[in-house]
Amino acid sequence: MKSIWILAQMTFREAIRRRIVLTGLVLGVCFLLVFSLGFHMIIDKVHEEAAADLPSGPALVMNRIADREGVNMLLMAGLYAVTFLCIAMAALLGADTLSGEISSGTIQTIVTKPIRRSDVVLGKWLGFAGLLGLYFLLMGGGTVASVFIQSRYLPDNLPAGLGLIYLEALLVMTISLMFSSVFSALATGGTVFGLYGLAFIGGWIEQIGSILGNPTAIKVGIVTSLIIPSEALWRRAAFEMQSPLAGMLNMSPFGTTSVPSSLMVVYAFPYLLLALACAIRFFQKRDL
Amino acid sequence: MPVAPAIQTSQLRKEFDENVAVKSLTLQVQRGEVFGFLGPNGAGKTTSIKMLLGLISPTSGTATLLGEPSGDRTTLARIGFLPEHFRFQDWLSAAEFLELHGQLLNMEARDLKLRIEELLERVGLSDFRNKQLRTFSKGMLQRIGLAQALLNRPALVILDEPTSGLDPVGRRLVRDIIHDLREKGTCVFLNSHLLSEIEVTCDRVAFIRHGEVVRVLELASLDTEKSSVTIRAGKLSAEALAGLAQWGRDIRADGEHITLNIQSESALPEMTRYLVAQGAEVYALTPNRMSLEEIFIETVGKDGGL
Repeated sequence: MKSIWILAQMTFREAIRRRIVLTGLVLGVCFLLVFSLGFHMIIDKVHEEAAADLPSGPALVMNRIADREGVNMLLMAGLYAVTFLCIAMAALLGADTLSGEISSGTIQTIVTKPIRRSDVVLGKWLGFAGLLGLYFLLMGGGTVASVFIQSRYLPDNLPAGLGLIYLEALLVMTISLMFSSVFSALATGGTVFGLYGLAFIGGWIEQIGSILGNPTAIKVGIVTSLIIPSEALWRRAAFEMQSPLAGMLNMSPFGTTSVPSSLMVVYAFPYLLLALACAIRFFQKRDL
Repeated sequence: MPVAPAIQTSQLRKEFDENVAVKSLTLQVQRGEVFGFLGPNGAGKTTSIKMLLGLISPTSGTATLLGEPSGDRTTLARIGFLPEHFRFQDWLSAAEFLELHGQLLNMEARDLKLRIEELLERVGLSDFRNKQLRTFSKGMLQRIGLAQALLNRPALVILDEPTSGLDPVGRRLVRDIIHDLREKGTCVFLNSHLLSEIEVTCDRVAFIRHGEVVRVLELASLDTEKSSVTIRAGKLSAEALAGLAQWGRDIRADGEHITLNIQSESALPEMTRYLVAQGAEVYALTPNRMSLEEIFIETVGKDGGL
């Protein structure tokens, strides 16, 4: 246990020293500034036009509803981008770690200490989970906070929605770690992004299939979600947080029409654990 | 109960796909001795070392370190290792690097702190304790790597090419450290190409070729090993010259200088008496000890085992 903790701390310190945290922080703040500015300008414009029309009675109520919908859509667009950035961060963090240390040979003085090889994998996983948590807290939390400060709007089921996005990031990081125990960093990155792309396109086929009422297309989406449930987790998160109206009207490209079942969320947990177990097993078997 | 050898391997073998990296390594290294592991490039030395430490799993055969199967976790706490490609976490400072490895060795915090200072001093890096390893030269990295291998006061230290990046001063330092380790009864297993280093530091050496031990040699016996002798003598008749054949072979005469290969230095006094009795004027009789390098080439072959 103690060595897992030591290695998790080492992973954390490495990210700070190699300026991964710094670049993440700087670019994250830039993202939040651009998002906040864009959100501010759009909301301003909407309010201006609403004021010019000077509606009253039922029109005012309609305007308010439309206002909420618009804010929700912008927030979901922001979170969609945040999710993508977190996924990219997760894939990159995991990709170089084991493979990089194996190829450079830094792993050799570590694994010849009286520790288990599983400690190395678990320590890294824990360190990355912490890093991703902080990154997501900054990006996702920052996006939600920016919207809340400017428009007093909070989406429904916020903790569940954010939790699902974090779970998605953890899943991608774990898969990346697993491939990294066998492949080179580049091959790992390619594979993980390839799988992510597969799930992404599968998700869209499923959504379009759902709009057109094509059951085969929906099945394609489900199968890709079973292969890698990352996109399904995002769509479930979007479903949790999108406004009821948008969901009903299929309004938002960032929301979802074909909702992944809660079983898919449940499926993600054993999937993640299995990927972690595989990462450990592959690393134990590997000649270093 | 007899103490288990520091290292014992039996028919250790490693194949990578079609390629046989180590054929059948059978070796015994005693506690407290400094043992040299010699062989040409590609003889399987580093692969063997990795198998000893559990970094690579052997295809077949067994290895024990300090009496326990290789890779055994509790035994690793009593072993120090400096890898061939001394690449370390270069974003750590020298002191942090040692601290990390000491923590992984489960060393007690206060003891570790003292030990870090002591070892930084020993390898001459005290002034660089807070510098990140990325700024270190090759030689400095090798020094800090060596300090890392000694943190836990190991009973067995395995050094894979410990002086490859070092200047003469650094090499001297490593030699002194190995000497100290021997004094304290630590077994040192040394893989090096620098035969002159091996010659002054090791008690015994093993020559390996194609992943097999072809010869084990006590270096103390080098003095009496077969060697050659150069004689400087005047007025030596052709018959007297031919008579030298009873002590050696390959007699070469060049004026007053005669060289021949002999089986043992013990023949020298008798040869001297013979030459004098034959009426020769003997000016000098110089035994040429066979260097480790000559033995190396003789043992593994000029092709280097390729």
